[in-house]
Amino acid sequence: MKARQLFVGIACAGLVATAVFASKAEAQGIYVPLLTYRTGPYANSGIPIANGMHDYLTMLNERDGGIGGVKLNVEECETGYDTKKGVECWESLKGKNPAVVNPYSTGITLQIIPKAAVDKIPILSMAYGLSASAVGEKFPWIFNPPTTYWDGMSMIMRYIGGKEGGLDKLKGKTVGFIFLESGYGREPLPLLQQFAKDYGFTVKEYSVAGKEMQDQSAQWLAVRRDRPEWMIMWGWGAMNPTAIKRAAENGFTMDRFIGIWWSGSDDDGRGGGAAAKGYLALNINGLGSNYPAIQDIKKYVVDKGKSQVEKDKFAENFYNRGVYNSVLVAEAIRNAQKLSGKKVVVGEDVRRGLETLHITDARWKELGFPNFAAPITGVNCTDHNGHGPAYMTQWDGAKWVKVSDWIHPIKEKVRPLLQEAADEYATKTTGWPKRTEACDKAS
Amino acid sequence: MFYREAGQFKTSYASDQAVFPILQDRIGVFIILAIAFVVIPLTGNDFIINAVMIPFLVFSLAAIGLNLLTGYTGQLSLGTGAFMGVGAYACYKLTTIYPGVNIIIWVIASGFFAAAVGAVFGLPSLRIKGFYLAIATLAAQFFLEWCFIRIPWLYNYNVSAAIEVPQRELFGIIVTGPRASAETRYYIVLSIVVVMTWMASNLMHGRIGRMWMAVRDMDIAAELMGIRLLPTKLLAFAISSFYCGVSGALMVFLWYGGAESAVFNINQSFTILFMIIIGGLGSLLGSFLGAALIYILPIILRFVPPQLGIPLHAATIEHITFMTIGALIVFFLIAEPAGLARLWQIGKQKLRVWPFPY
Repeated sequence: MKARQLFVGIACAGLVATAVFASKAEAQGIYVPLLTYRTGPYANSGIPIANGMHDYLTMLNERDGGIGGVKLNVEECETGYDTKKGVECWESLKGKNPAVVNPYSTGITLQIIPKAAVDKIPILSMAYGLSASAVGEKFPWIFNPPTTYWDGMSMIMRYIGGKEGGLDKLKGKTVGFIFLESGYGREPLPLLQQFAKDYGFTVKEYSVAGKEMQDQSAQWLAVRRDRPEWMIMWGWGAMNPTAIKRAAENGFTMDRFIGIWWSGSDDDGRGGGAAAKGYLALNINGLGSNYPAIQDIKKYVVDKGKSQVEKDKFAENFYNRGVYNSVLVAEAIRNAQKLSGKKVVVGEDVRRGLETLHITDARWKELGFPNFAAPITGVNCTDHNGHGPAYMTQWDGAKWVKVSDWIHPIKEKVRPLLQEAADEYATKTTGWPKRTEACDKAS
Repeated sequence: MFYREAGQFKTSYASDQAVFPILQDRIGVFIILAIAFVVIPLTGNDFIINAVMIPFLVFSLAAIGLNLLTGYTGQLSLGTGAFMGVGAYACYKLTTIYPGVNIIIWVIASGFFAAAVGAVFGLPSLRIKGFYLAIATLAAQFFLEWCFIRIPWLYNYNVSAAIEVPQRELFGIIVTGPRASAETRYYIVLSIVVVMTWMASNLMHGRIGRMWMAVRDMDIAAELMGIRLLPTKLLAFAISSFYCGVSGALMVFLWYGGAESAVFNINQSFTILFMIIIGGLGSLLGSFLGAALIYILPIILRFVPPQLGIPLHAATIEHITFMTIGALIVFFLIAEPAGLARLWQIGKQKLRVWPFPY
């Protein structure tokens, strides 16, 4: 290579670099960044959620001209479910006055929790992330409504209890727990072990490392040997369809196999084929497109070609999950506008808006989502979660079907554990700031 | 014309054997250091310091570590990520057990833990070579990763199985944790990387470096010359792991602020390996160039389409970045298989004779 070419190359690179860093994107409206992942091994779970989140906010822009007359400036930042890129996204967006950040990965959430209070940006980790962050006194900037993993585990136990005729009937039996080897997968373990101690059953753990999540033959061989009565799954991405397929291959009774709400996308069910029929998963949002607001999304966004969703995947379960997430964001922004009196709200206002998040049945209906989700009434300054209920869905071979009423968590078992974990987090992290944020009354 | 050593006479052995014998090189290094220490902290915003410069320096240090082992001693290793993890977890345990001690001391000390672990996994290197050794180090990678998640003592029984960096102060200035300013962390990382690079450079120009290179070029010949293979190779493993360990500790304590075991997975090892292959095996400069190409270039590329006003989805940009980086790697390796460092050397040679290349 000629020296001159090298020089020209370096000069060009330098020019581009300075141009890139010198200019800052002028943000108009309320800036709502979405950390999404449409690439990588978790994309099958990430794409429908990204579409759902994006499309509802776009619909608000198209139909209502944004929120309170201010357009939403929705921007995706691709993380690939990679913590490094997630942190990079945070650094690049924090200067643009984001209203709220949705990390959509427990790993990324853990990294940015300490940064949230410093940068004054609230984090909404909807039904994922650090369970202990539900304790508002310790984590004023983190919100994880409507419910936590520990609540989810207690709901699954309640469901199993209902089927067995009481949890004490589990005595002497075996419950298997298959999970993604990560912070997310490990999180409900302490509660499950507590249950095992209280009711006298055995827990068998089957961990699936990220690199073997598309194989899992060893784990299911062990399941076959141990013959658990029930299997519980905390899986994500490509792990879910594989587990369902393997369970079917190994002749496990599918209606005794229960997944958490992140193990219940339509792709997960389809991956198991006809044999997956009977597989159960918790759910927190309504199914199908039979809601006025979802129809509006179709009308204003999908039919106009402003969405990336494939037509036949519109309003699938995880798509609706993404919509649910965006409804919470929109409600928080609305509350923030009311509380602060400002039109263009920033993180500090939206934090107050999230703390006063209150969506009753009537409000859900008003928003165009009648009976879409359980009312969110438990969120306040001390409880950033609400510990809402979920319901059980079953895969009928082609789609998800609702098979239970709202199942409420066993709160008296969960809350003390949460409090303990939050205290521990705060004491271990020396210099963890005391809460200084004032508390607003719910409107 | 500008880059010519004519008239620079060496009057002593010391000046003749200096690391940078040419005046222009010394000026160049001085300018780079001045930019790193003065210009970047003054002009850079949080994004440049936090998401570009600190990661770049951390990766450079890890690449130097692997380069000492693979580039200079010729021992292929796939355990870099795990050795970085050992450093990070060691530093975490040390600072939570003895919170009063200066955090910088623990960051450096954690390197010794990584060195010990590295030396143990380097034991097979006496009997096996090349790809087979790579497989043996792969075992280290998987075993250590397994430890990081299965031994709850390592992460103090945290429910999320993650290590959280506590806040630590140095002379009244907060240096770790979320409230530490980007500039402070940058200065610490930069100082450690500069000092350790200087040490590596001295190591390479001295007896140990020459021993390693002799082993790399032909280990039987080296043995016949009186170099004892086992201590030499183990020393290479230990020092390489020391560098990786320190970079792992820096990564978690001064960049991430917390980590789960997945950070130190096999992909991390491959990334560092790619950095030194593209940057140049057996070159300290190559470690920096490789880290820049693999880490900084994708970030810049990601900003190009939005700046040019091309409306692309975040995921599409990601795909394009992936393909561009892949194409660039292929291009650079075809243009110069010995890596970017060699490219720079060729460029330097041309500069010397410019504008009269006869």
